Amino acid sequence: MPWALLAVEISLALLGLLLLVLGLVLPEKGRRVMQPVAVIGLLGILILGGGLYTVNFSLFSGNYYIDPFASFFKLLFIIAGILVILSAGRYLERFQERVNEFYSLMIFALLGMVVMASAGEMITLYIGLELMTISFYILTAYLLNDKLSAEAGLKYLILGALSSAIMLFGISLVYAVTKTTVIAQMAFGYTNEPVLIAGIIMILAGFAFKVSLVPFHMWAPDIYQGAPIPITAFLAVGSKAAAFAALVRVFVAAFPVTIFQWPLLLAVLAAITIVVGNLIALAQDDIKRLLAYSSIAQAGYILVGLAAYNGYGLKGVLFYAMLYVFSNLGAFAAATLVEVETGSTDIKAFNGLARRSPMAAAIMTVCMLSLAGIPPLAGFVGKFYLFSGAIQSDMIWLAFIGLIMSMVSVYYYLRVAKAMYIGPCEDTSAIKPGAALGFALWVCLIGTIMFGLYPAPLSNLAHFAIQMFL
Amino acid sequence: MIMLLPRNNEKAIKITAAVFTFVSLILSLWVWMAYDRSQGGMQFVQQIPWVYDLGVTFALGVDGISIPMLLLTNLIGFSAVFASWKVADRVKEFFSLLLILITGVMGTFITTDLFIFFMFYEVVVIPIYLLVIMFGSSKRVTKEYAGMKLTIYLLIGSAFLLVGLIALFVQSKAILGYPTMDIFKLATIDFPLGFQIFVFALMAFGFGTLLSMFPFHAWSPDGYAGAPTAVSMIHAGVLKKIGGYGLIRIGVMILPGGAAYVAPVIAVLALGNVIYAAFICLSQKDLKYIVGYSSVSHMGYVLIGIAALNLISINGAIIMMFAHGVMAALFFSMIGNLYEKSHTRNVDDFGGLAHQMPRLATGFMIAGLASLGLPGMVNFIGEFTIFIGAFNTYKVLTILAVSGVIFTALYILRTLGAVLFGPRKPEWDHLEDLKGAEMVPLVVLGAAILIGGIAPFTLMDLINLGVGDLVAQLGSLQIGGMF
Repeated sequence: MPWALLAVEISLALLGLLLLVLGLVLPEKGRRVMQPVAVIGLLGILILGGGLYTVNFSLFSGNYYIDPFASFFKLLFIIAGILVILSAGRYLERFQERVNEFYSLMIFALLGMVVMASAGEMITLYIGLELMTISFYILTAYLLNDKLSAEAGLKYLILGALSSAIMLFGISLVYAVTKTTVIAQMAFGYTNEPVLIAGIIMILAGFAFKVSLVPFHMWAPDIYQGAPIPITAFLAVGSKAAAFAALVRVFVAAFPVTIFQWPLLLAVLAAITIVVGNLIALAQDDIKRLLAYSSIAQAGYILVGLAAYNGYGLKGVLFYAMLYVFSNLGAFAAATLVEVETGSTDIKAFNGLARRSPMAAAIMTVCMLSLAGIPPLAGFVGKFYLFSGAIQSDMIWLAFIGLIMSMVSVYYYLRVAKAMYIGPCEDTSAIKPGAALGFALWVCLIGTIMFGLYPAPLSNLAHFAIQMFL
Repeated sequence: MIMLLPRNNEKAIKITAAVFTFVSLILSLWVWMAYDRSQGGMQFVQQIPWVYDLGVTFALGVDGISIPMLLLTNLIGFSAVFASWKVADRVKEFFSLLLILITGVMGTFITTDLFIFFMFYEVVVIPIYLLVIMFGSSKRVTKEYAGMKLTIYLLIGSAFLLVGLIALFVQSKAILGYPTMDIFKLATIDFPLGFQIFVFALMAFGFGTLLSMFPFHAWSPDGYAGAPTAVSMIHAGVLKKIGGYGLIRIGVMILPGGAAYVAPVIAVLALGNVIYAAFICLSQKDLKYIVGYSSVSHMGYVLIGIAALNLISINGAIIMMFAHGVMAALFFSMIGNLYEKSHTRNVDDFGGLAHQMPRLATGFMIAGLASLGLPGMVNFIGEFTIFIGAFNTYKVLTILAVSGVIFTALYILRTLGAVLFGPRKPEWDHLEDLKGAEMVPLVVLGAAILIGGIAPFTLMDLINLGVGDLVAQLGSLQIGGMF
């Protein structure tokens, strides 16, 4: 058994435990080393994961894959984790003495995501999903004295459990027909039964909850608003990408289109999600809710790639998921900075940011424009891939809806930009982001611009990762 | 060419911006001189493979169509820097955004790759928004409104354009078997007619919005009125021309069949531009709105020229784009200057300014006379060529469009008369005439108008070369319609 292949998972688990122990053992003052330890540990694991990128291997008789597709997403999760921990910065002071568990819970959530990306079997997948989700239940309610946070945690727990139950039921229905839970073998066991289609739709509903597709999106704004903002960022980026990784693997590998025309269903869902997400975002005044609706819309865009179900589309899914990490976390990092400084998440809190911290304002603007798909930023290239895929699959209507709505989205992104650049503001004292948060902001900026101007490296990486599905 | 200016030293920033735009102006003049006219085609070609699986190459090159546009961009960019010499607040942001804007515009004119073209094309929109909301003026509409209206119009237009481009890309990949974004490669493909019509219609909508084609022109006067001087200059001067340039370079070149089919529609809409906007001009009181609507009206000529799809008319359209660019930029810089000093743009408030500000009056006169197409100015060459060319194709429409010239003369002369001549008003005695940096736009742009008008062959032979290649591609397509 080549255990070395599981290096990423094993070292993540060890890092999580190490941080848990460190938090208990170290005196209060010494706990400041936990952030560097977590970041350096994750950087080490990132390098490990990079080294395993070209490996293509299945373990435990096909139950677990170490392949480029999984590795791509693992890198994505770890990068997101590092950026979130860095950008949490002074926000962590609000957690008081519980800050040590924060790190280990983050790492365990990360481990859950990694397992989801690699899982080759439905139950393994489900375990990864639950590991991730349960960590998030706790993290969402982490501000114990904050009503909104507690409410968000409870809501997430109830709705999350419900969606897990639906998904599990779907898995059992599919198992009843195919007599297996191994994804690669499911495709052979089909007979044309309505039960099967019901099962597929239930599995889809479970995933749709995680990636917040309309009509399963209701939880997202409340929970994004209530949760501590670094957790919101991680939830929006990591949990969503993990669900997409699993969604792609399950649907592409296990459910042939000959049985059930799921691409069309996904296309319709994507269109509704894009329209609803963007339109509701127009009316939001709270930056967290605005970003919540914007990330609902973004999920719709990513889904376009899977609905297209061809080379460009799938490549677009991976490409977009990766750039989404940089652009969205950049926006969240700037929002974190503003919340720490002003104590408010209203758009008005951004007034005058361009004078108080020109760098943060510029990075926020660039990241949001990238989400809107304005060239030469990464979001544009991602959308180009996604919609090339859609048009290639004769879904030109989807391209129309998607691109027009993305131009509509510019309106609400620019509202924030407007507040930052010309909003009236009495307090003109300079804001200093601090080293860690500043570094995270710069990384997001560089990622967003670089993948936009020169997308070749990332697109080659994505191309390599989806080879096995084509 | 983009530079991030590090210091907060205002003077240094302004001088650096001026030097860089000057260098780039000289370089483009050199390109114009050095272009080998006997050989034609694309020259100064640079190609770097960029994204393999999309077939994107970072390809730059110029031909007879793009050189005049490049020259125009640099003429205006250079004078725009001087026109905004008085900006005092947030200097660094202003000039960084302005230079990004100029770079974006230049990029669209010199690239030969569809993907890179679109990238540059959209790069310009957001800096404009920020410039308008930060430095604009709220006279009749608030600057936030003007900026947002402009941005949303242009972006929705570009969304349709993008769908068209992606469809083109996907279809060409299906035909060729490998992805390419090279405009000339795409031009060799014979797309099915229905597909051509569909994509060309999308492009006509996208580029038409940018070119303020009737009825998608509503953003343009408001946008100009809200924008700071330099942005109005660049926007009316060159940015709009990307629409015309794109329509010729991408639309007509790649999809000649679709172009021939859709052209009559464009021609009719263009007539709407010419007549409708000219009528609105007659009733405007605000100087910027007059020039704004007159620029919508002039774009009608360009569209007719393009829609006639023959050698002479497209030549005319390109000359006209150049001419209108220089003229509009001069006009806006003069208005901006006047507004800075008097804080009003209302025609009725002025009178007899020629007494107090003779140099400014000269600028107004050159721009105004160029605008109404006085022989000796480059605009005359453009209009004349367009009408000759278009008359072959659309007889009735051309005759109607010529009447636009009369209306233009009417409102321009009336405005000039009211502002510059007439009784001297004592309240404007304190106004200082142009001097120092303020003279630069007048000299540079005025010279371009006159040189182009007196010696049109300096540009014409070049454009003729570029368009010649294009029309050769068109072949003997018949244009439908009985106009």
